[in-house]
Amino acid sequence: MVAIDGHSDAHAHSDKPSFFKRWFLSTNHKDIGTLYLWFGMASGLLGGFLSFMMRLELKEPGIQIFASEHTYLVFTSMHGLIMIFFMVMPALIGGFGNWFGPLMIGAPDMAFPRLNNLSFWLLPVAFVLLVSSFFVQGSSGGDGFGGGWVMYPPLSTSGHEGPAFDLIIMGLLAAGFASIFGAINFITTILNMRAPGMTMHKMPLFAWSILVTAFLLLLALPVLAAALFMLFFDRNAGTGFFNPAMGGDPEMFQHLFWFFGHPEVYIMILPAFGIVSHVVSTFSKKPIFGYLGMAYAMVAIGVVGFVVWAHHMYTVGMDVDLKLYFMVATLVIAVPTGIKIFSWLATMWGGSIKFTIPMMWAIAFIFLFVVGGVTGVVLSMPAIDVALHDTYYVVAHFHYVLSLGAVFGLFCGFYYWFGKIFGVMYNKLLAQIHFWTFFIGVNVVFFPQHFLGMQGMPRRYIDYPVEFATYNEISTYGAFITLAGVIAFFVMLAEAFIVRRPAADNYWGEGATTLEWTLSSPPPYHQFNTLPRVK
Amino acid sequence: MTDPEKINVEVSEALAAQSKSATNRKTLGVLTVTAVAMLGLGFASKPLYDTFCRITGYGGTTRVANENPYEVSDRIIRVQFDSNTSKGLQWDFAPEKPYMDVNVGASNLAFYTATNRSDKTVVATSNYNVSPIKAAPYFSKMECFCFTEQTLAPDESATYPVVFFLDPLLLEDERMDEIKTVTLSYTFFPIEPGQAIKEANLE
Repeated sequence: MVAIDGHSDAHAHSDKPSFFKRWFLSTNHKDIGTLYLWFGMASGLLGGFLSFMMRLELKEPGIQIFASEHTYLVFTSMHGLIMIFFMVMPALIGGFGNWFGPLMIGAPDMAFPRLNNLSFWLLPVAFVLLVSSFFVQGSSGGDGFGGGWVMYPPLSTSGHEGPAFDLIIMGLLAAGFASIFGAINFITTILNMRAPGMTMHKMPLFAWSILVTAFLLLLALPVLAAALFMLFFDRNAGTGFFNPAMGGDPEMFQHLFWFFGHPEVYIMILPAFGIVSHVVSTFSKKPIFGYLGMAYAMVAIGVVGFVVWAHHMYTVGMDVDLKLYFMVATLVIAVPTGIKIFSWLATMWGGSIKFTIPMMWAIAFIFLFVVGGVTGVVLSMPAIDVALHDTYYVVAHFHYVLSLGAVFGLFCGFYYWFGKIFGVMYNKLLAQIHFWTFFIGVNVVFFPQHFLGMQGMPRRYIDYPVEFATYNEISTYGAFITLAGVIAFFVMLAEAFIVRRPAADNYWGEGATTLEWTLSSPPPYHQFNTLPRVK
Repeated sequence: MTDPEKINVEVSEALAAQSKSATNRKTLGVLTVTAVAMLGLGFASKPLYDTFCRITGYGGTTRVANENPYEVSDRIIRVQFDSNTSKGLQWDFAPEKPYMDVNVGASNLAFYTATNRSDKTVVATSNYNVSPIKAAPYFSKMECFCFTEQTLAPDESATYPVVFFLDPLLLEDERMDEIKTVTLSYTFFPIEPGQAIKEANLE
């Protein structure tokens, strides 16, 4: 942690509080952002470890690594929950949102700095609750909760009698409320604290993406909280919200869950859209093509994202007209998403493109997101989805948009702002090695899973028939390559902090035009004492 | 550069002023109300969802009628009977006949039989639905054992009647033209004696 306050500016140093006060009682948006980034990195390692163990197990048919099938299911469930709630969301929204939301709009800090502190510190509490569920009784099968990240009853109610799932409910509620507080803070900051002259239509796209994301969080997370409360009451207070014997309906949980769950996937990808827009524009040395279209495409994705949830549950036995509606509404999302993709391409078109590290992540993001988006269009059709539902095709689809899309957006922003955040530059060769091993690795992991899904291999099983062996083996080799990529990332990180090449104020040059580049690297502890004026 | 102490004071004053500013507080209020409203909507979805299912027949929820005012048409649809018991209920439960060919609009009487195979008196209630789902709004029940709790002593058997008719309005629904078979399915769940029976069934 010492590494980050390395910038030798006497003034910047002297007004910083002591270590404990600075990092544990922090109300500074940049410090909280840094905490979120480290937190996301740590939980990403745990979530990645879980998935690596799953791939090792699936390398060949039969049961090799895991002591019981239940433990494997615990690993898949926890991998999903950790990666979504404790890696992607904290890093993308909490990390980059806190760091660059206020900087880009020219605000001195977030609107409610103490609320910001609460938002962050609820997360470690939530994480401890969630992870402790590994070690307490889940079902008769063993410790931990193995009902999948979707937590459908009755498997999560009468199927898991032990207290493990109660710990998960409490952990997710804590994380959910942390995100709601964060969302309130972001919306207030962006709506009320923009620098003079920065109208909504001049606001950088990353700030737009955080604003839309915050609204999605504000509207979707309370619904998840309600569903979790109901699950908790069903389990512990004798209610029957989801119990058909008592007049409840387990299908209602799926509706509530996906009413949250679908906006959630946009919550994870929209900030990445924002980051990629800046990176593409910076390294094409052109303003982003169709700025207003880009901003309102995100708004449209957010709005339509709320009315498509049942495409996750075509197989519950839904009326054909309802399926038709959800299919068409889902297909409509391809339009604003297409606007974004083509605007990125149009920004690059005729630009003076520099293939820097962040630009490579951005271009890879666009490519991978298109692959994941195209399979999403395939899956939006009920006639095809009933065959592919809960197969590896779906696994490949959402890992292409999230594990590859959102995570590539994350690394893209990390390499773009690395010098700005930490005040030191990374070694380009090591960063190249990280990019290429990671890019090849994740594609080798997930591309064969399309074929597995088309052949009918279902998700969430520890074992499979020998017919699926070849693609599973290839997929596991991909996991080894990805592991090498992750190691390369940490070597890159260690090298950068040991060598400490100082970063210039605007190390990307004329293409980087947003307000954070007008400040030092890292920015002073408090910035914009005199508010910048935007023309 | 000015004195850092001074900057600190100025900044914290500026921040304090900002977070206390009326605009921020107003935004905070509106957003908090929105979040609480969404939480409330999440809970309200339970009664809303039940009402929605009862009105639209969504999810295979059948209709409940007091009388059958309709004339008998010559359209014949086969009604199949399905029976299930939930985990932990040691009852044999089966329809008397696997299916009936019924005229649309005619009132029909079908029977299910149940036997308690456990050594305790058991109270149970049943849930039901109709497939295909689009047929559910036209499936009306006048009398059904599923409307009330059923009690069986050890080894006791009972025969339960179901009086139902198919609403002739389905003749006007072109989506029903292809329907030759409709399945009525029941599932029995054990309940604690005296436990309030679900509202949907009482209607």
